[in-house]
Amino acid sequence: MHELSIALSIVEGVEEELVLRGNASATAVYLRLGPLSGVVRDALLFSYDIACEGTLLAGSKLVIEETRIILFCHKCGEERQAVSLQNLSCAVCDTPGADIRSGSELEVFLLELADATTSC
Amino acid sequence: MQPRLVEVRQKVLKHNDLLAREMRERFHAAGLYVVSLVSSPGSGKTAFLEKTLSMLRPKVRVAALVGDLATDNDALRLARSMVPVRQITTGTICHLDADMVTKALEGWTLDELELLFIENVGNLVCPSSYDLGENLRAVLMSVTEGEDKPLKYPTIFNTADIAIITKTDLAQAVEFDWDAARRNINAVRPGMEVLAVSSKTGEGMNDWAERVLNARRD
Repeated sequence: MHELSIALSIVEGVEEELVLRGNASATAVYLRLGPLSGVVRDALLFSYDIACEGTLLAGSKLVIEETRIILFCHKCGEERQAVSLQNLSCAVCDTPGADIRSGSELEVFLLELADATTSC
Repeated sequence: MQPRLVEVRQKVLKHNDLLAREMRERFHAAGLYVVSLVSSPGSGKTAFLEKTLSMLRPKVRVAALVGDLATDNDALRLARSMVPVRQITTGTICHLDADMVTKALEGWTLDELELLFIENVGNLVCPSSYDLGENLRAVLMSVTEGEDKPLKYPTIFNTADIAIITKTDLAQAVEFDWDAARRNINAVRPGMEVLAVSSKTGEGMNDWAERVLNARRD
């Protein structure tokens, strides 16, 4: 299980961003997670709270948006969803597809900050 | 208290990816070709690497890094191949990352090497997320593990460039279903290159050695 390492990397990256914003605190972190990232959602959620302790992210929640595997199907001539992680074929015509366009996302795309100016 | 939303675009493994890219550039500048091996524990990575090193040593200047949770047993075994070998002991960490590889390379003059092998920690899950700056990633599965390994661990097969089926000398004894194995590899990584080898009998090892030497030249 490497989800704790991944959670620590999330916290490290977000904290850099928060420091740039005058040590703001985050209340939520939004993460895009693809099936090909090799990261397990539940294990990551479990590790996240531990990784946040004692940082500007303490008490924040991790919101995970799971993406799907998209490949370019040469038979259909367009981007299609893959059947599954175990079957990288076009979900429409069942042709195997090696031309993967997305599905390995592991990135933070949105932060929810506690607004210090209105909190006092 | 009014929450404020801020859009960012931050790859979680950017630090690792950046280091891996730097290493890849260093390897390229030094004319060094790098192959990493991933597999589950006990699939025969070390025996395979031992055989590979002794076959390639007369032809190219080759070295190896070997990752393990604990012990330097594998490094001692590999040192018998008479090539430079370094151990990376990861402690409790289940995978190698670019930082560990960078540190392990300190003190080696890369210009003096032509080929480097990196044996990852035995694990089919975690190593898939970490780029090590390698040129070729090989995933090993032994015939004794069963044909459905690719379906259980699709991501590692998907991030690898070549699949190597090991311990072919035992295939008959365990009634290994070659068609099912190839079908499963192809399902999780359509068109993936597959080699079959036995480190014990040497079957398929020449093809593998040639495959690496040719890739290095290209």
